[in-house]
Amino acid sequence: MTDTDLGTAAATFDGTHSGLAGRLGDSVARPDGVPKAQGSYQFSGDLTADGFLWGATLRSPHPYARIVRIDVSGAWKIDGVAAVITAEDVPGKATYGLISQDQPVFASDIVRFHGEPVAAVAADHPETCRRALAAIVVEYEVLTPLTDPEQAVDGSFPPIHPDGNIVRHQRIIRGDQSIEGPIIVEGTYEMGRQDQAFLGLEAALAIPAPGGAGVELYVATQWLHEDRKQIAACLGMPEDNVRLVLGGVGGAFGAREDISLQVHTCMLALRTGRPVKIQYDRAESFHGHVHRHPCTVWMRHHAGTDGRIRRIEARFLFDGGAYASTSSAVLINGITHTQGPYQCENATVHGWAVRTNNLPSGAMRGFGVVQAAFAHEGQMDKLAAAVGVDPVEIRLRNAMQRGDRLITGQVVDNVAPVARLIRETAALPLPTQPVGGTDHDPMRLPGGAGRTADERHIVRGIGWGVGIKNLMYSEAFDDFSTARVRLADGVASVKFATVEVGQGFITIVGQIARTVLGVGEVVLETIDTQIGSAGSTSASRQTWMSGGAVDGACRLVRERLFELVAAKYQLAAVQLEIDGTDVVDTLGTLRIPVAEATAGILIEETFEHHHVPTEDLDEDGQGNCHTAFAFVAHRAVVDVDPELGLVKVVQIATAQDVGRALNPLSVVGQIEGGIAQGVGLAVMEELLQVNGIVKNATFTDYLLPTFLDMPDVVISLVEEPDPHAPMGAKGVGEPPTVSSTPAVVAAIRDALGKDLHRVPVRPSDICF
Amino acid sequence: MNLHLTVNGIAHEVAIDPTERLLDVLRDRLGLTGTKEGCAEGECGACTVIVDGLALNSCLMLAAQAEGRSVTTIEGLSAGGGLDELQSEFIERGAVQCGFCTPGMLMSATALLRTHPEPTSTDVRAALAGNLCRCTGYSAILDAVTSVAVRAAEQPGG
Ligand code: FES
Ligand code: FES
Repeated sequence: MTDTDLGTAAATFDGTHSGLAGRLGDSVARPDGVPKAQGSYQFSGDLTADGFLWGATLRSPHPYARIVRIDVSGAWKIDGVAAVITAEDVPGKATYGLISQDQPVFASDIVRFHGEPVAAVAADHPETCRRALAAIVVEYEVLTPLTDPEQAVDGSFPPIHPDGNIVRHQRIIRGDQSIEGPIIVEGTYEMGRQDQAFLGLEAALAIPAPGGAGVELYVATQWLHEDRKQIAACLGMPEDNVRLVLGGVGGAFGAREDISLQVHTCMLALRTGRPVKIQYDRAESFHGHVHRHPCTVWMRHHAGTDGRIRRIEARFLFDGGAYASTSSAVLINGITHTQGPYQCENATVHGWAVRTNNLPSGAMRGFGVVQAAFAHEGQMDKLAAAVGVDPVEIRLRNAMQRGDRLITGQVVDNVAPVARLIRETAALPLPTQPVGGTDHDPMRLPGGAGRTADERHIVRGIGWGVGIKNLMYSEAFDDFSTARVRLADGVASVKFATVEVGQGFITIVGQIARTVLGVGEVVLETIDTQIGSAGSTSASRQTWMSGGAVDGACRLVRERLFELVAAKYQLAAVQLEIDGTDVVDTLGTLRIPVAEATAGILIEETFEHHHVPTEDLDEDGQGNCHTAFAFVAHRAVVDVDPELGLVKVVQIATAQDVGRALNPLSVVGQIEGGIAQGVGLAVMEELLQVNGIVKNATFTDYLLPTFLDMPDVVISLVEEPDPHAPMGAKGVGEPPTVSSTPAVVAAIRDALGKDLHRVPVRPSDICF
Repeated sequence: MNLHLTVNGIAHEVAIDPTERLLDVLRDRLGLTGTKEGCAEGECGACTVIVDGLALNSCLMLAAQAEGRSVTTIEGLSAGGGLDELQSEFIERGAVQCGFCTPGMLMSATALLRTHPEPTSTDVRAALAGNLCRCTGYSAILDAVTSVAVRAAEQPGG
């Protein structure tokens, strides 16, 4: 099997199909749009190989239990079964994890969450797998689960893991700790467990090398190199013997940042000597990946009578679930964003990320900042009410500016147009239709036509949310991305390991190459581990990091090209420039097409882009721990049925600080999609666990916004190029999810005149 | 058992297991992997195909129920490798991000436009309410479908 058989993420494009110019700043269509619209694009779940077997995973039915005995002999008696593996069969490291390796490949003695993997099988058909799993006998001694995160903090529950029940505690102590009032507002804010709910389910295909010397894994993930590191350790193999290739990814949103089926698939392939494919179904997906942290945040704001914040006290409690995943980083993101996009000199903050027997929590779009924003925005509205100003005015009075400090002492050294974002959002038009619409179409009402909402009783509300989001990684992590560019015969080939999950990175690669090198055609090589790491597609970082790497490599190639042209025509390289698709002499008359200048030659350069170094926080939470920041404002309009407890989000208006929109079409798509997830969190999305048992691991019961739930979105892109960002562009993926949720909840509060402090807002919160 | 059906204009006779869903036959027996599975219970619409003019969830239809019927999948939308108008609009207007919902979304929208060439935006939303998209927030999809509908309305006699 060659690359091209399975090189699903590789694509060639020339931009011509879109009929649009293909340079930076243009709204260029995706290069993979055609195969995606034709159904020929291969997602990881569409991959097969000759003679492949199916793999499947046996999972714990209990949130906390001791494994007394596992008997796999029954599975072996079923025709068609080729492998049965448990913890005993893990050839290398028994555990994995992104930050600390505390999660077993298979549980051996204790299961710590509902759905934890215990064994896996490979067989000739999914149905054979199902029967084989059913034939494995696991005897459990059921234990009482730790499900209340407060019990992890107060130490009243014995450790459920050798690493203890507290994953991390961090405080932030800044400024004058004695400041009180004169205005004091206080609240406790809770957030339920949101699922990323990408549509393309987890799937991977592992192909063993002859003799089991290595393995190739085609997988939908977010970070190929990190996966490889963890997989190789568990397989007990050098990393060089493990090659990862990106399988087409059907969305990610953080859920693919952690390992799920990777090690299992490789182990089964190595054990059987045959290709093995694992494909989760929806229920397994809910159990099989990490979720957004459920969180309780208490905040008390002290302000002057003018509403200016003087000091904030806060306590964060993140439920990390059974394993550490990225909880320690999520915690830091949460507490360091306590103040929101507002000036604040003094703070007293304590935060915990703890272990429970709930589903493991990890990355999801917004990464800890969503939890902070729901709290600080609730507080800003309370503060507005306490000092008698409106929600816009209170935010303008406190708006952060470039050069202000976070409560960590870090200076915000990025474009920070907070006041402008608020004003631009306020200037966006409100919905033209009144409640129910002038046509009285019942589809406009909360609950739609099938409900009994009485139009006369529907109340409309307006609410605000303003957010700040850190971009890239934090806390001294050496974050980088690598790209290689080859230029020959007027065609640029670009190689990188940057994962495309749907966000559109591959689109801007072509735009960058065309702009910098003046080429028409750009070939994207297979996305795999055959080049240096790109870091993860997360933290709104790839345009900045991998875009920076592609831009850097293109610039190096261009320098070499200019040197060649300069030597040939006896000019100075510095007087050459790219103009359209030509190399031109700015001081003379020379103009030759790039294609001609590169005929028969090959120029190749590789570039690694690193962002500015960051620091760890000290004991008091002080330090320059973040790389950069982006800002956003949201205004929500909702119609609420107070009798049925139903909400219709009518409109979201937003202005977002994007630095520079390299591809406005993509940027708008990120904003609309991110807002949809924020709306979902506000009014419907919650994965429920009762005593650790997952109750709604289906799309029937885990509700996602549909076409009918999605409000109109009006957008203003605020473009103030950031001097620290390659190409001036800030990451745009996460800010839309940060403050859209609090805006919707504020609008519901406004409609009802009621204090709501938990998301998702349930009908019972509205009616009782 | 043997199943006889027409898929994208081609007659097939396929040996199937009676428990197979239409989705399984399309993906695993005929290799038409453009039709996706996102939930297997009729909630996401990723598996939508058109059966005798009607958009249906192929995860909810037993293959045997397709006996003698005519099925159109995403692969049948653009015979000859080109793009139809709706597909082009999806690409141009950013209605495709990860693209996992796209085939099902296109099939539902195609069925809608065949029966209602000039739908209102409420009609579009209602017709596509059974197709989840987690990436786009739907606005771009609405734009794409509406633009095709508007063009149909502008055509002479349309
Ligand atoms: S897979 Fe058929 S509706 Fe989701
Ligand atoms: S584009 Fe990803 S689910 Fe719709």
